[in-house]
Amino acid sequence: MENVASIGSGIEVEEIRKLFPILHQKINGHDLVYFDNAATTQKPVQVLDALQAYYTGYNANIHRGIHTLAERATTAFEQTRATAASFLNAGSKEEIIFVRGVTEAINLVASSYGRSMLKKGDEIILSGLEHHSNIVPWQLIAEEKQCHIRVIPVTDSGELDLLAYKGLLNERTRIVSVNHASNSLGTINPVKEIIKLAHQAGAVTLIDGAQAAAHLPIDVQDLDCDFYCLSGHKMYGPTGVGVLYGKKKILEAMPPYMGGGEMIRQVTFEKTTWNDVPYKFEAGTPNIADVIALKSAFDFISGTGKEAMAQHESMLLRYATEQLSELKGLRVVGISKNKVSVLSFVIEGIHPFDIGQMLDTRGIAVRTGHHCTQPLMDRMGLEGTVRASFAVYNTRKETDKLIEGLQRVIGFLK
Amino acid sequence: MSITDTQEEIVNEFSLLEGDQEMSVLYLMELGQKLPAMKEEDKTEQNEVKGCQSRVWLTAEVKHGAVFFSADSNTAITKGLISLLIRVFSGHTPQEILSGEITFPSRIGMDRFIGTQRSNGFAAMIKQMKMYALAFQTRSQIQA
Repeated sequence: MENVASIGSGIEVEEIRKLFPILHQKINGHDLVYFDNAATTQKPVQVLDALQAYYTGYNANIHRGIHTLAERATTAFEQTRATAASFLNAGSKEEIIFVRGVTEAINLVASSYGRSMLKKGDEIILSGLEHHSNIVPWQLIAEEKQCHIRVIPVTDSGELDLLAYKGLLNERTRIVSVNHASNSLGTINPVKEIIKLAHQAGAVTLIDGAQAAAHLPIDVQDLDCDFYCLSGHKMYGPTGVGVLYGKKKILEAMPPYMGGGEMIRQVTFEKTTWNDVPYKFEAGTPNIADVIALKSAFDFISGTGKEAMAQHESMLLRYATEQLSELKGLRVVGISKNKVSVLSFVIEGIHPFDIGQMLDTRGIAVRTGHHCTQPLMDRMGLEGTVRASFAVYNTRKETDKLIEGLQRVIGFLK
Repeated sequence: MSITDTQEEIVNEFSLLEGDQEMSVLYLMELGQKLPAMKEEDKTEQNEVKGCQSRVWLTAEVKHGAVFFSADSNTAITKGLISLLIRVFSGHTPQEILSGEITFPSRIGMDRFIGTQRSNGFAAMIKQMKMYALAFQTRSQIQA
């Protein structure tokens, strides 16, 4: 792809925008401004082409096929696994399991690891910044196994209280599961330290990387996390596909999550033996097309340069934060110095829904509500926020449109 | 004015905005702001319309055989929508309300607010208004 170096991040945003057909349309008579990237990002042509190429060129079921199309599909499918391993710096590609997304990844770990390893009275530590998908699966298993959930508190600035975390760790702690970055506030959590402390207490760790995958460097070996997961659609890839990384030794000790084809070695009615990892966890025909296209998303990020992308997004975040903070009655929620490009805010006396709907009339897409983090909203004393989240294809000009739109809302409603 | 005529009037008013989405929403919110205030003591859980993403409270009373609604919402757009519903239904007999058909939302380009995500809420508002009408009708029949 074209990526002519320019001042600052080196991101040639106009060139990048050409790769995203969806961005070039009018919404309610205005150019679309897509600021809902933390919910899902748009997809570059490489990803769309990969989907098309698979279905028009080599659609076949993978792994046991002996014909050419099956070989091609299998090769492409397994190439994504190798790319994912390299993207996360996993020790081997056997540590990469394809799932539908982070929600399924966490359910898989909670179900398989949790059910086999947890005992009555054990403790699971989560944080007050978690998405419901990193809360509810643990509640289900905790109830079943009579375990307790402990929660790392959140400070007023939207950061985790690490001192309190240290106080929560004890010999009963079995699992610590937190996000790498908060979807509601953008806070980047000090996961390396959280993991180290968890290990010292003898617990395993899961990092929800949904909001990190497209923005932060990820090295699972350096982090030393036991599990890491991401969703393809939040990192320029297709919906319905994601990755669960797990340390091989731990994965090998875990029982299967679902039964079916692919995950078995031998089946008899008396006894069935399991396939090796990762296949043990990939029952049934997987989401072949989307897995294959996910490689193009990894390549898009690596090719563009994650660091350059992050710099560009930080610039937008800083600019937008400064400009928005000037608006009367507007308060930014989540003011950590370390944030991915998520900007959550409230305007005194105006409901987030009204703000979101008004912005939509100008073609600006933001998200409003509790962002699937109701405990966090309760902690912040809010019903919800307006959230603008930036991706590599967003521009300063678009940010200006957001500000104009907000000025208009405030001017009318206050 | 009949339920049909009031809706025609609303459609005519919005047509002056020539389909400008932003102006239409602003106008809708302005109408909401003009809605007579609901008594604070009426904003109870019992009076809350379930199924709305934003919070909506609705009450009704009968005067000389006509139903009068009072409502509020914590969001300006929803308040605007409900102010239109009140304008259409208030002052009519239970029978008229029960047989009245709401056609204005799509005709003023507001179907997107009541389509998809808000649809249940809007449908719930109409349903609740008709429930009041039905209750008043039943009561008057029993008394007669």
